Amino acid sequence: MTILKPMSKGFIGGIHLSENKFTESLAIEVMPAPKRVYIPFAQHTGKPAKPLVQKGDLVKIGTKIGESEGSISASIHASISGKVLDIKQHAHPVLGSSQCCVIESDETEDWASGVKEKYDHENLSKEELLNIIKDAGIVGLGGAAFPTHVKLSPPPDKPIDYLLINGCECEPRLTADHRLMLEYPVGVIEGAKLFQKILNAEHLIFCVEDNKKDAAKIFARENEEVRVLNTKYPQGAEKQLIKAVLNRTVPRGGLPMDVGCVVQNVGTCYAAFQAVKFRKPLIDRIVTVTGNGVKESKNLLVRIGTPIIEVINFCGGFVDQPKEIIFGGPMMGISQYAEDVPVIKGTSGILVTKEASIYEEGPCVRCASCIDVCPMGLMPTEIYKLVKNKKFLESEEYGVLDCIECGCCAYACPSKIPLVHYLKYGKSEVWRLSKK
Amino acid sequence: MKDLLIVSASPHIRGRLDISLAMKAVILALLPAWVFSVYVFGWRALLITVMSIVSCMISEAVMQRMLGKKITLDDGSAALTGILLAFNLPPGVPLWLPVVGSVFAIVFAKQLFGGLGYNFINPALAGRAFLMTSWPSFMTKAWLVPTGSTLSGIDSITSATPLTLLKNPANFGPPEVIIQRLNEMSTIKNLFIGKVGGCLGETSALLLLIGGLFLIIVGIVDYRIVTGYLVSFGVLALILPTKANLPFHLFSGGLFLGAFFMATDWVTSPVTKKGRWIFGIGCGVLTAVIRIWGGYPEGVSYSILLMNVFTPVIDRFTKERIFGEQKKGVKS
Repeated sequence: MTILKPMSKGFIGGIHLSENKFTESLAIEVMPAPKRVYIPFAQHTGKPAKPLVQKGDLVKIGTKIGESEGSISASIHASISGKVLDIKQHAHPVLGSSQCCVIESDETEDWASGVKEKYDHENLSKEELLNIIKDAGIVGLGGAAFPTHVKLSPPPDKPIDYLLINGCECEPRLTADHRLMLEYPVGVIEGAKLFQKILNAEHLIFCVEDNKKDAAKIFARENEEVRVLNTKYPQGAEKQLIKAVLNRTVPRGGLPMDVGCVVQNVGTCYAAFQAVKFRKPLIDRIVTVTGNGVKESKNLLVRIGTPIIEVINFCGGFVDQPKEIIFGGPMMGISQYAEDVPVIKGTSGILVTKEASIYEEGPCVRCASCIDVCPMGLMPTEIYKLVKNKKFLESEEYGVLDCIECGCCAYACPSKIPLVHYLKYGKSEVWRLSKK
Repeated sequence: MKDLLIVSASPHIRGRLDISLAMKAVILALLPAWVFSVYVFGWRALLITVMSIVSCMISEAVMQRMLGKKITLDDGSAALTGILLAFNLPPGVPLWLPVVGSVFAIVFAKQLFGGLGYNFINPALAGRAFLMTSWPSFMTKAWLVPTGSTLSGIDSITSATPLTLLKNPANFGPPEVIIQRLNEMSTIKNLFIGKVGGCLGETSALLLLIGGLFLIIVGIVDYRIVTGYLVSFGVLALILPTKANLPFHLFSGGLFLGAFFMATDWVTSPVTKKGRWIFGIGCGVLTAVIRIWGGYPEGVSYSILLMNVFTPVIDRFTKERIFGEQKKGVKS
């Protein structure tokens, strides 16, 4: 099958960044299991999982230690074999601190029973497939960590005709998805086909940016439909991707399913494939470790719950004293405050820098750069002023809740105003006020 | 761990453009016209510009000091105001005039409203308007013959700008002689290159066009304002009754300086895309109306000042369309 051009000219706004994907030619290395893991029960959008184990319990790799609770939640599994030392509050990369299961390794690599055997998945029904995916704790691995079984269960009045597989990886520096597509394309495709079967979607399209043509060629060789998109940030954002590929516009406040689409990340496809084929729950993920503060950059397969410091040590340690450690890419990544923060399901990269990204905030000069680059058509300059003056309800009228926090506005701002920071604050205040 | 890690808000990388770089780019774009002003009007032109820049910068520093703010001369905005104010003065004005104009521009139009980003009208144009109303004799008569002249400039306050001649030919002698003179000095070529009387930096449409296009290409100036301004003005100059033709109107006076460098001022023009079209077209219409029917020979500066005042209203009524927003009247 040939590689097709996208159907539209793309999405509005966006920026062209220096990609700095220095690790794209480095093969994925498997990092050995650490001595100790800290596995948070809240790693996904929605309710935290309910702990199933107690202090002193023995667990194996893949033992379920947390059960998903409520309609939007995901299960949590042990990523090493050993003993539960404690269940306690521990540093968390997104929440600051949260309840974690601390497991100390028994130095064996024993898998829980039933895991890692080969299963026949051809004859499984949609419901069986969904249950397996739910049971394996699969969440979106692009970063937001939305429970995958929920995304795969749209209500019956929202038929899905397009399943888009997101291999854009538009964040600079990150190469985890790229390496996965190059090294395990069959698993990705198999996983995508499972999703297609569950959703009953007529079309399945693999989407990559044109800086990953090698991955596009692999998919094309496997006779899959591929779209090569411009390398433009944030091409991998769901609504922008749907607009660029299908020229469909997700309505304000709506979801991709409102226009008959579901978008799944390539890493999620691969994780689902492993869950269905081997009953392997989500206990590890590919992480790009890079930046001028770490000795060797690597693409690593890391167990969930591994503290950052262990990962850095495996990469040769720090170069000098690190100033900033960022989970994710440079545009949307989150700065970490402790070296024992664990890798979680949504951690796509670890960026270590020798210099801190601190900028002095100047006055807004109304240049409108932020408006020109906003892929959501927002007016960040107006919203930030409203938020700064605590006019939260007015900021909602200006669409603060539509912000996808991509960072284009703050990147473009000549006065270096931390616009995303203000908009995130505005969002949280609007939510708080609306709950009252 | 000895040193604590730093936690900063995303994004962790920023673009190269900052205020200082943008201001420097605008100054660079004005440089050709500046050099040319010295060529046609002599060293006096340079002296006026330097006086203006220096007094703008001193006013800025003194005001910021008095208001207890950080002194931000390095952002280049005060220097730029100085250049633009000087460009809007006749080259024969006494040397204290740019000083007074600069003080008014920086102190009253800019710093008292909160400094950079908070002024609602263009400071340089506010300075010019203040001088216009206070010393109209200098501001409307101190023209120099555009051939290079003495440093004092006193012996050559005899010329007039093409637009002044067009407005009131009878004031300058027998009409037939004046029309002949107008034809001689105002060949389209002279107007385009800039060898005509006028304000210090406004005469060369060609060099301003080069500088302006540079700013549009590097993304500092928005093409919508410039296009809206020039096209709407051009259309009106064609269809309204006037004695001069279209190229005369386009290339004479401060139209190019205004359209490329003054109307496009970030702070005082709308932020929305639609708003910028409206702003540009508004400037064009007002300029044409003032030039053709108004009491002044030139209307660029007052048009822009008037539209500056409308900017907040324009922004309010031309909000950007949010991604996925339904058109009005359709219920989502």
